[in-house]
Amino acid sequence: MTTTEPDISKNPLDKILTPSQSPQLQTAIVTVAASLLGVLIALGISAFILAVTGKNPVDAFTTIVETAGNTDKLVEMLDRATPLIFSATAVAIGFKMNLFNIGVEGQYLFAALISAQAGSSVNLPAPIHVLFILIVAVCAGAAWASIAAVLKAYKNIHEVISTIMLNFIGLAVIQWLFESFFREEIEGNLNVKTKLLPNSGRMPTIIDGRLSTVFFLALLVIVGYYVLVYRSRFGFRLRASGENPDAARTVGISARTMVMLSMIISGGVAGLVAMKSLLSEAYAYGPNATPIQLGFAGITVALLGRNHPVGILLAAMLFGFLDSASATLQLAGVPSSIVRVMQAIIVLCVVILNEAAIRRLNVRTAEQAQAQLAPEVNA
Amino acid sequence: MTATDAGSVTTADPASRFSRPQRLAIQALVLLSLLSLTRMWTGFDNLTSSGTIGAALRLTVPILLAGLAALWSDRVGVVNIGIEGMMILGTWFGAYGAWQFDPWIGLVFAIIGGMIGGLIHAIGTIRFGIDQVISGVVINLLALSGGRFLSELAFVGEVQGGISQSPPQKRGIPIIDIPFLAGGDLFGWDTPDMFGWLEERQWFLLSDLAGIGGGLTGGVSMASLLALAMVPLSAWVLWRTAFGLRMRSSGENPWAGESLGVNINRVRYQALVISGGLAGLGGGFLSIVSSSFYRQGQTAGRGFIGLATAIFGNWTPSGILGGAALFGYSEGIKLVAGGSLTGLFLFVALIGLTVTLSSLVLRKQQRALIAAAVGVIAWVGYLTIAEVPESLTQGLPYFITLVVLATASQRLRPPSANGVPYRPGEAH
Amino acid sequence: MASASGDIAVELTDIEKRFPGVLANYDVNLTVRRGTIHSIVGENGAGKSTLMKVLYGMHQPEEGSVSVDGAEVAFRTPADAISAGIGMVHQHFKLADNLTVLENIILGSEPSRGGGRIDFAAARSSITEIMQQIGTELDLDELVSELGVGERQRVEIIKVLFRGANILILDEPTAVLVPDEVDELFATLQRLVDDGATVIFISHKLDEVLSVSDDITVMRQGTTVAHTQPADIDRPGLAELMVGSELPSPAGRNTTVGDTVRLAFRDITVDGPEGRPTVQNATLDVKEREILGIAGVEGNGQFELCAALLGLTASAGTVEVDGMDVSTASTADRYDAGLAYIPFDRHREGLMLTAPLWQNTLLGRDHEPELRNGPLVNAPAAVAASEEIIERFGVLTPNAHTPAFALSGGNQQKLLVGRAMVTEPSVLIAAHPTRGIDVGAQAAVWDEIRMARDAGMAVLLVSADLEELIGLSDRIAVLFEGEITAQLDPDTITAAELGGYMTGVRQREAS
Repeated sequence: MTTTEPDISKNPLDKILTPSQSPQLQTAIVTVAASLLGVLIALGISAFILAVTGKNPVDAFTTIVETAGNTDKLVEMLDRATPLIFSATAVAIGFKMNLFNIGVEGQYLFAALISAQAGSSVNLPAPIHVLFILIVAVCAGAAWASIAAVLKAYKNIHEVISTIMLNFIGLAVIQWLFESFFREEIEGNLNVKTKLLPNSGRMPTIIDGRLSTVFFLALLVIVGYYVLVYRSRFGFRLRASGENPDAARTVGISARTMVMLSMIISGGVAGLVAMKSLLSEAYAYGPNATPIQLGFAGITVALLGRNHPVGILLAAMLFGFLDSASATLQLAGVPSSIVRVMQAIIVLCVVILNEAAIRRLNVRTAEQAQAQLAPEVNA
Repeated sequence: MTATDAGSVTTADPASRFSRPQRLAIQALVLLSLLSLTRMWTGFDNLTSSGTIGAALRLTVPILLAGLAALWSDRVGVVNIGIEGMMILGTWFGAYGAWQFDPWIGLVFAIIGGMIGGLIHAIGTIRFGIDQVISGVVINLLALSGGRFLSELAFVGEVQGGISQSPPQKRGIPIIDIPFLAGGDLFGWDTPDMFGWLEERQWFLLSDLAGIGGGLTGGVSMASLLALAMVPLSAWVLWRTAFGLRMRSSGENPWAGESLGVNINRVRYQALVISGGLAGLGGGFLSIVSSSFYRQGQTAGRGFIGLATAIFGNWTPSGILGGAALFGYSEGIKLVAGGSLTGLFLFVALIGLTVTLSSLVLRKQQRALIAAAVGVIAWVGYLTIAEVPESLTQGLPYFITLVVLATASQRLRPPSANGVPYRPGEAH
Repeated sequence: MASASGDIAVELTDIEKRFPGVLANYDVNLTVRRGTIHSIVGENGAGKSTLMKVLYGMHQPEEGSVSVDGAEVAFRTPADAISAGIGMVHQHFKLADNLTVLENIILGSEPSRGGGRIDFAAARSSITEIMQQIGTELDLDELVSELGVGERQRVEIIKVLFRGANILILDEPTAVLVPDEVDELFATLQRLVDDGATVIFISHKLDEVLSVSDDITVMRQGTTVAHTQPADIDRPGLAELMVGSELPSPAGRNTTVGDTVRLAFRDITVDGPEGRPTVQNATLDVKEREILGIAGVEGNGQFELCAALLGLTASAGTVEVDGMDVSTASTADRYDAGLAYIPFDRHREGLMLTAPLWQNTLLGRDHEPELRNGPLVNAPAAVAASEEIIERFGVLTPNAHTPAFALSGGNQQKLLVGRAMVTEPSVLIAAHPTRGIDVGAQAAVWDEIRMARDAGMAVLLVSADLEELIGLSDRIAVLFEGEITAQLDPDTITAAELGGYMTGVRQREAS
């Protein structure tokens, strides 16, 4: 018969990968390529939806491109990305432990109320005052998240259900606390808030007031996330426990401890989501003043950014950019609600393409390994 | 409510002399008696009035349908976090159909809308193999953003319509009163209202039963009856038909079915579409029966409460009905009588007392201790709290969900392969 | 033995089957005569299971042809094979624990009462008939989770017969059975064959193959290398065909057991579900340079005992390593005290499959001073450490950055063995250390265990491979329903007797 060699099946990935790259580099290349392709496909689908519903997709895209050339809008992009970075990092920390923290929404709103109230009740010298507010916010978010953490670690209640329930419960508790104790009544002012923060508790804005300095705090958090999850021993154990909890348990890493720590740290970071609003915009918490839905937005950003620090940063900027474009879209006659739909479709496409690409990559890696090791087979 | 130890479907509790249905009936009777006592003691008649129960039924239906959607999905082995999103699609398409055409057409549209969501979930998880929870979360996002976008296209500019609400329906689904039991019409003859009469007597337990009966038979929407019919229908399909057996095997051990020639992926597609359809019907009920138009946020997390009912209903249709009824009742009480909420404190205190006593008899000391603590706290609450703040009562159903999940018996039997990734032909 | 048969039940010609990166079968030729028991013999990884899955329609061959009863067929799914009269009893049972015996049997071929309804009565009567035919009795309404291993296998056989199979494929059926159950199985197979069925029997257990077969086909490295009959060959000859040389033997040593006790556990009791303990009052000593074997049918408490010793589950009783009491110590501390573990299931408990080998090596060792930089991981050091293991234990991999899933089962196991042993532990708990790996890797693992033992290590060996157990152990303790029911001398015990103790038929006071 014929001499055969394990035939490496034709793989589209061959176009972008070479054998000399390490498996980790190959994973990175494939992830980036798949994500870009996903974004493109999603934009195509969005264009199709616009066309089918009688709106002009060309108008929409030219508006978006124009917005990209506008430096004011780019600064706005960074500003809008700030809370998304916090939110996505919080979600990503959970994901690394295979936990879906859908409760960022409740955690950050709770933290916003508590830290606003605490911050407006004290008077400390400037940098310490801000630090105090941040610490309270982190602790409050962590505390609210710890409820779901305990329920998961000790009662094995799926964190998706518990965190979503806690979101709703949180809204009720926040509303009760606010209305019963924390609201500040100002004559004739319908926009009710907590007492305003004194100047020492505020963070400045730059570039004509368009970019909050909290943005730099967000960058710090991303760096911290990288070091903690990808370089530290704790991060190694966290990822091991997320990848294979049984194997981690067998070598002595307590799954229960990891679940608790992961959720609590995630909640702590979540507590920072409203800090831009609190420290440099509204200087208080209020139902109309504090932005909502940022928790869910963070989930999309984390999924799009593949839970990687650089990915999260880029994804947050992309979504921040799209959000800033929605106002101009409205002016151009395109329904601005298409932006949120686009964001959802982008996430779906990127997730699907990444899954397909990583599978192909794994197949290829296995093939390569066997090819390098298997002796030539003769009949 | 108390933790039931009726979680196990199979091995009978050796200490029990009664069969499982008998035990459930006894527990229900005991609970009802305590509720009746509470009613008589506090004077809050609407704890068990037919008005409250009727409201409770209307509130139970969407959660029931969400729970059945979770059943069909979990039983086939796929976690469906996207039920909320499929319900949202149901609310939107249902309202659209009811506004443009007819409420029944609206329900059909709602089912189809939900099915589309189910299909997307199926394609994502089965064809592309993405993580089941992520797929569900993305569907929720798609539905949220899609609802707003579609509203901007269809409702903005219409009378009473806008980006977050639809114009009202042309007419509603018919409401009926069952003859004799609730004084309904029988060929034009106005029959006597038996339940109503009994309820007015305010007798211990009997009047409460009559109140429940009246609530279930009087002023009932035909859509509610349709939804309730889904319970025995699901049970029959799952346990008596070949399709149902294959479905359950897909959720227990898909490789077993695969090795016997069952097309597991096809079964999963079908089940997920059914799951989406049920969720869509639940959403349609919200925008067509519970109210008469679509409103953003209408689902308010009911999809997730439905998931929870599937868990502590032990993935059985009757268990899910029980769980959904629990929520429906708690929401009904909240709506109908703000002050009566404090009566519930007394009810919980009485339950605590009963469970403490029975646990001591059964020598389950830890349970007795917990029940006693809960009972005392509830008793204190009853004495001290005059009225529960409105803002806090908004969170009641979600709080109850968490509490029940936390106390549900450990002897739940989830489908063994639920959430486990399956690909045909893979070595196992 | 075989009924007179001239015609061919199954013929496979020039079969080739590939998976990504692996040539699983090539140039395979197989001819099975009707009414015979035909064994296919080969070591782990030889391609026997894959070939049978091709015959059963679970895989489609790249090349070659399959013919059944003289007619060429192309099965695209098991349903096709089933309608052609072929049934397969899998090595890893394909049963749904939460469904009843009846439901498991009829799944996919449910008798219908019209309108999609299942005709339970018809199902019951056919199954009862089959059970009488093969001489067994099972409660059809019992959940499969309640059944023991032998009973589950019988359910699998009934499943196959219910669909009218007259060609039965059994994939390593005796892997989970004790010798008495093996005899029962063979009697059943003989009955079926006498009634006209054809049996294809896959195994790597040479003695069984020689005792039950009419024909034998040997496979090696993906292809068929020989066809023979029991009358024409003996065990060493078969081994030679199977691996090209003598089978490695676990037996043989030139050191003696020492005096110091390295592992001592007393009265270990582990609570199980519904109040029944999974391990009761287990008490044993393991000395230096000693291998203590734990024999038992799977599910009798072996896993729970190991978990208790490692501190993975709560237990009553005491554990001492080198004289130090670790009964209340955490798992990590027990490893530090000198325990090491080769887990039962390398995929579930051992490896992170998508992580590179160096991270798998680091797992559980990230606190070691050389592998860390304060709170940070010292990646280069971890890579070097894993390269050391790869080199010393012969793990075949392109490099230390390769993800674990890309390695063959044998090499994954070698990595786990290396990871456990490279820190020179005092006590090694080895659970099925050579399960499912090829003969070469098996020999390598035995060598490593023996060398470490000679250097002073104590070994607690849990294994279902009786040959391995009897060959490697200095003493064998039998675990039955969570209790140590006997301690035996491997030099004087036979596999059949050991099987008797394992199933509780024989009892002897633990000495």
